[in-house]
Amino acid sequence: MGRLLITGGTLLDQSGERRGDVAVDSGRIVEVGPALPPVADDIVLDARGCVVSPGFVDLHVHLREPGREEAETIETGSRAAALGGFTAVVAMPNTDPAHDSVSVVEFVRAQGRRAGLCEVLPAGCITLGRHGEQLAPFRELADAGVTLFTDDGNGVQDAALMRHALEYAGPLGVTLAQHCETVSLTGGAVMHEGACCSRLGVPGWPALAEVLMVFRDIELVRLTGVPMHFLHLSTARSIELVRAAKADGLAVTAEAAPHHFSLTDESLAGFDPVFKVNPPLREAADMAAIKAGLADGTIDAIATDHAPHAPHTKELPLDQAPPGMLGLETALGLSLVELDMPLADIVAALSWKPAAIAGVADRHGRPLVPGEPANITVFDPQVEWQVAPGALASKSRNTPYVGRVLRGRVRHTVYAGSPVVVDGVARR
Amino acid sequence: MSAATTWDRRHLLSIADLSAADIHGLLELTDHMVEINARPIPKVPALRGKNVVSLFFEDSTRTRTSFDTAAKRLSADTTTFAVSASSVNKGESLRDTVETIAAMGVDAFVVRHKSSGTPELITRWTTASVVNAGDGWHQHPTQALLDCYTIRAGLDRRDGFDGLHIAIVGDIKHSRVARSDLQAFTALGATVTLVAPPTLLPPVLANPGHHDWPVAVAHDLDPLLPEIDVLYLLRVQRERMDDALLPSLLEYSAHYGLTTARAALLPPHALVMHPGPMNRGVEMIVDPAELPGSRILHQVANGVAVRMAVLFTLLGSGSDLRGEGT
Repeated sequence: MGRLLITGGTLLDQSGERRGDVAVDSGRIVEVGPALPPVADDIVLDARGCVVSPGFVDLHVHLREPGREEAETIETGSRAAALGGFTAVVAMPNTDPAHDSVSVVEFVRAQGRRAGLCEVLPAGCITLGRHGEQLAPFRELADAGVTLFTDDGNGVQDAALMRHALEYAGPLGVTLAQHCETVSLTGGAVMHEGACCSRLGVPGWPALAEVLMVFRDIELVRLTGVPMHFLHLSTARSIELVRAAKADGLAVTAEAAPHHFSLTDESLAGFDPVFKVNPPLREAADMAAIKAGLADGTIDAIATDHAPHAPHTKELPLDQAPPGMLGLETALGLSLVELDMPLADIVAALSWKPAAIAGVADRHGRPLVPGEPANITVFDPQVEWQVAPGALASKSRNTPYVGRVLRGRVRHTVYAGSPVVVDGVARR
Repeated sequence: MSAATTWDRRHLLSIADLSAADIHGLLELTDHMVEINARPIPKVPALRGKNVVSLFFEDSTRTRTSFDTAAKRLSADTTTFAVSASSVNKGESLRDTVETIAAMGVDAFVVRHKSSGTPELITRWTTASVVNAGDGWHQHPTQALLDCYTIRAGLDRRDGFDGLHIAIVGDIKHSRVARSDLQAFTALGATVTLVAPPTLLPPVLANPGHHDWPVAVAHDLDPLLPEIDVLYLLRVQRERMDDALLPSLLEYSAHYGLTTARAALLPPHALVMHPGPMNRGVEMIVDPAELPGSRILHQVANGVAVRMAVLFTLLGSGSDLRGEGT
């Protein structure tokens, strides 16, 4: 078999933009240069009009396997990821069983390898069963390759437990990630607490519930010195706190989800559960703060919180339907439409910055130079396309963007040297 | 609060969908229905052959009976599906439930559900009309219409509520009646004051900051009593103490409950209303039978006529209201 030749594109990585072709062989970039001539057997990927960048890394996906395979499997979720330009995804641990043992994380990783569409990185639980009571076997999981730990879906409520989790994890060189929700303030909550929920008569999820835990955890990082990542920040005040913590030199990072910078709570005016997500869609001022946080680097990464749900579970009353929405295949298009940022900064937030947080900077988000692992995304930043749920690769259909026109779409994805997406079609 | 757009007369989901003219029109039609109900045989063939299905996911014998009576007086066929929440939890989605029943041939669903917004969701899955008979904390539009009708009759206000001051007292936060009533009362021109401790107000009214509700908010009832035309009391439920929203019902009662002494502070013409069921000894300490201004039983009676007007408006195109044999 010949090389893979990506021709005619604009290369964009940590060292900036330039014209060039990329040749890939045996899983690595072997040559980069202007107008590389194809030789016999070379597979040529046309990248004219496209940006060629290091592969994207999603810090936050729910692949549902094991336990809820009717909503998504690691294979279908991996396919959605590859089509979205992601060469690595961090699988959240709220499966059944949860990622609190080596056997489960090995299973998830193995299913990812079997699908072969992107690298699936299981996040470990902070507490057993994500119950918030007893520490998960951090060292065992870290030895098995887990680099990120979270109880996502739940925040760790007990401050002493969270302190001990950070202290214990410190020497292991792993990162703890928090779903910031103080549950005593969100009992029964369905949507953002504000004007819209007041009018609709729907129980509210106050911004305060996120802010309090962000504040607590920043102080725990100050105390322990152990790095902490904040998942899906949704409120203006949380972002201010993270900005101040970074100014103090604390080891905190943060992500934001495309739905939090593209939709507000007013989307719920028709009570459609497709707009229900946790943390909830908030107000215009929060959306603006997230965009500003991404622009100035307070928020390091764009992470989708891809959360598939089988159709029948979203065809319930708003308060009974589960929270979550699809994200993998729309993340790039939403980022390019919504964010007033240099393209290089958007790609950084989708690629090498999350790669570093996920602990996979040795193989994902690498510069486009010879010798590097070939995890590469080729996208057309100008093409407009309309979101149609039936055309998405995810097993579920719960996208809130039905009919919306986005700009920017992945054309090819190269994972571990293989063209897993070619001309917008998954090859596996 | 959102402004009314053009009402399609297909569903009745929220008072917010109605203009003042729509409300006046329904109240005028209610006059006809009151007249029908006063006949020796209070029944007309207006909705003969129409199938009205009550889809009650939450128990409410009173509201269901009122709708049922209204539909029968218009000669509609009526069926009740009392769907317990548990059967939905057994795996059938709301959509499956609705589509299954709709397949039997339904002209209107009358929907009661503990979750806000459910009637609106149901409109996606059926071609039948949907009448909201109360959804969560959101809306109870026929209650608001019957309350408007009761005030209109009780204070002889056929042309609107300009200059009237109505106080709605109690658990506003969790009340679909309050949300519907304040929209209807203000649409007709009344001044509305919501009276409650901050913990029983919707979040946007409980804390400082901008809000666009067309109401005043007060935390004390007594200073308002001499100047109000309608005192509208809401039911206050025991579980509010479990959520630490109230120290005790006794404390609520002492500050907001209608006692004989408080009733004496009302102007002589003032009406006292309550959507039922009353918590005697909590919000209603005086015996309402001893209050000349009480319109609580009128509200119930008017409920049937208002619901007739609503069903006729949604389903009665092409038919008229003449009695049998006339």
